[in-house]
Amino acid sequence: MTITPDIRIQAEDFSIEAEVKKLTEDHFDIGAVVTFSGLCRDEGGTLNALELEHYPAMAETEIRRIAETAIKRWSLQGITAIHRYGKIAPGENIVLVIAASPHRQAAFDGANFLMDFLKTRAPFWKKEHGKDGTIGNWVDAKDADDDALKRWE
Amino acid sequence: MSVKLLYFSWIRERLDRTDETVELPQTVLTVGDLLNWQKTRGEEFENVFQHDKVVRVAINQEHVDDRGVKIEGAHEIAFFPPMTGG
Repeated sequence: MTITPDIRIQAEDFSIEAEVKKLTEDHFDIGAVVTFSGLCRDEGGTLNALELEHYPAMAETEIRRIAETAIKRWSLQGITAIHRYGKIAPGENIVLVIAASPHRQAAFDGANFLMDFLKTRAPFWKKEHGKDGTIGNWVDAKDADDDALKRWE
Repeated sequence: MSVKLLYFSWIRERLDRTDETVELPQTVLTVGDLLNWQKTRGEEFENVFQHDKVVRVAINQEHVDDRGVKIEGAHEIAFFPPMTGG
């Protein structure tokens, strides 16, 4: 059976509980579900919001490509990945990844792998809106994120 | 060859455009050629594209990591800085 990842790029928030239920409902062979959610930090109280720009035609395709690799590599039973765009305030959700498998290790690894690749390969860019009214600092990419990919080679 | 070029993040801001359709000279065959050609299009282009390694390229919505890749058949080529999603 081919497992199709559920990939969504949207402005709206998501419900972790509802998404886990959607992925696992009526699938009684699933034994492990790992969820990762990424939130917007306030950077020590200085950040008013993050603005996420994306490349619509490519974002979903690229995340789907990564998710399909993860499904194959860890024989996952399902993946959900949701990435938001637009203006996001501190405390709000940015990204959600859910991986399901019969046993925990594959679900942990699959979710971890997907996030590592999503960070450096999915076409999204963050811009900071400061509490002091400043707009315009684009967040720099971290070398640590590139290095994180190497462990999956 | 006529092709649509797209720009994102600070590259879009610096060049003051989201996209454009351009007619490429026949001498522009590879991604590397295209990046070099961009440098000749005025001061802002030169400033942006001199950072060869920072500018990422995608052809038809797919990452191209090798600058030797041919652009023949491309209908959409995007330029953007390293990604910061997640």
